[in-house]
Amino acid sequence: MATAMSLEWPVDDFTRIPFAAYHDDEVYVEEQERIFRGPTWCYLGLEAEIPNAGDFVTTLVGDTPILLNRQHDGAVSAFINRCMHRGTLLERECRGNASMHTCLYHQWSYDLGGQLRAIPFMRGHNGEGGMPADFEPSSISLDSMHVDVYNGVIFGSFSDSVEPLVDYLGPTVRADIDRIFNRPIKLLGYQRQRIFGNWKLYNDNVRDPNHGALLHMFHATFGLYRPTQTGGIRMDERHRHSTSYSAMGTSDDEDDAKAFADTKKVFDEGFHLRDESMLQYVKEYPDDVSLIILSVFPNLVVQQITNSLCTRQIQTVGPGELELYWTYFGYEDDDEEMTRHRLNQANLVGPGGLISMEDGEAVELVQRAVLREQDQHAFVEIGGKGDIVDQEYLVTEMPIRGFWSYYYELMGIEPAAEAG
Amino acid sequence: MTKLSARDAVASLLAEYVHLIDEDRLEDWIELFVEDGTYNILSRENVDAGYPLELMSCNSKDMLRDRILSLREANLYNLHHAKHVLGAVAVLDSTDGVWTLQANCSVYQTNRQGRTDLFAVATYRDTVVFEDGAPRFKDKVVVVDTFAVARMLSTPI
Repeated sequence: MATAMSLEWPVDDFTRIPFAAYHDDEVYVEEQERIFRGPTWCYLGLEAEIPNAGDFVTTLVGDTPILLNRQHDGAVSAFINRCMHRGTLLERECRGNASMHTCLYHQWSYDLGGQLRAIPFMRGHNGEGGMPADFEPSSISLDSMHVDVYNGVIFGSFSDSVEPLVDYLGPTVRADIDRIFNRPIKLLGYQRQRIFGNWKLYNDNVRDPNHGALLHMFHATFGLYRPTQTGGIRMDERHRHSTSYSAMGTSDDEDDAKAFADTKKVFDEGFHLRDESMLQYVKEYPDDVSLIILSVFPNLVVQQITNSLCTRQIQTVGPGELELYWTYFGYEDDDEEMTRHRLNQANLVGPGGLISMEDGEAVELVQRAVLREQDQHAFVEIGGKGDIVDQEYLVTEMPIRGFWSYYYELMGIEPAAEAG
Repeated sequence: MTKLSARDAVASLLAEYVHLIDEDRLEDWIELFVEDGTYNILSRENVDAGYPLELMSCNSKDMLRDRILSLREANLYNLHHAKHVLGAVAVLDSTDGVWTLQANCSVYQTNRQGRTDLFAVATYRDTVVFEDGAPRFKDKVVVVDTFAVARMLSTPI
């Protein structure tokens, strides 16, 4: 088995990614410690999901079960969803409201701040049994995460030395969050998608705008998005997060015919939707950007695909499986027509998404094909080699290299071999 | 048409529905809907929590046609054969020629190597009307218990 230390990086600009990183069990275990429990901020949920005191949701950070709730003073807190007594999962429902969290096994009860408040028969029965005389319930509380909220988006960290959330996100990510979370949101619902591939293959996928019109042929077939449109990628200064963006209606058929010449049919003027309502973009931001895929290391994607808005949380199920947890929303001031429009456009994304359904298949095909190629490497040079930089075009996979450069740093991997 | 034969016709509509999907005759499958028919796949998670989001929503027959055209021409999905196993059809109401039905189904997917996985268990909540003497879906709602969708939701349930 490989460990993170023994992954081979033949060049130092991350244009080669070792396939072993997608499969190895020990690497996976190390990632849970160094990344999901390391000096990162992981996405936990949205404030709109827990508006009232006692509201809770259960989620995962990597594969660690997390209980997220709102306290009586309005603060949001997050704990490992595990009773401190014998380790039982504390809350079993996906969401709900509770004044206390009571373990079903022996009824140990915790308040919304995670403090142990009550143990049945603490002093035994008829003077016999129970906890030792010197036991103090106040000495026990749930294992907690640091929690910080940026513009309604809740993040948690297990690290005491993690940088402040605003610095972790950096100005470019904050600007993209500010743009979408510019006013109170209204939740529309959830979708879940089980993908049989490594969680990093999905991170690669969302940092690869080049695949947009090649894998996702709905775009090209019906003319919703083309890599020849105005768009690009931008990253934070550490290159761990990235945003792909594009604007609609900024390319023409002649450009596209040239761009796609000599390839399999990927752009065809012959097909039209009978009901084009799904493709209408109701402009709602000051700019013309109609597509944003914001990827925040290690487990969050924030999406604007025309008027369809959602977060996608990447949960790990093991080296070979991830679950995507999609949370769709609109704005509180949407009228019924706008809400219906957003729901209609939700057809474009998610596990049944006309645009996005292929991602699950692509990730699984890589996972399966590289099982016995773990000494080999993925080849990542679209958009160029060398320095990792922002680009004002979409035929690039540069942000993948940014992800891996930060991964490499967090995993404490020894310096690479000779530069390539 | 007698009441009994109408009931038989309505029940056989559901049988035809699942066989047309399983035989990949999706263009014929569309014709089981009236022109302003709707087809919505809902996640039980959202239904229980009161959220409106669908997993797939077609609010007209044209949207159904677009969905199938996209499957044929644009989408790339996991190669599979589907098999629906339909449970007993309960007629909940049949007032004024509008039939309300409920039935459970399970859907298996078999890949190119002959391996079969259970893809979904779901409940159909259907409204059926007669058009030119034949039963057709006015509204078909599929509530999936298996809302953690394995791979992707490509072909209809």
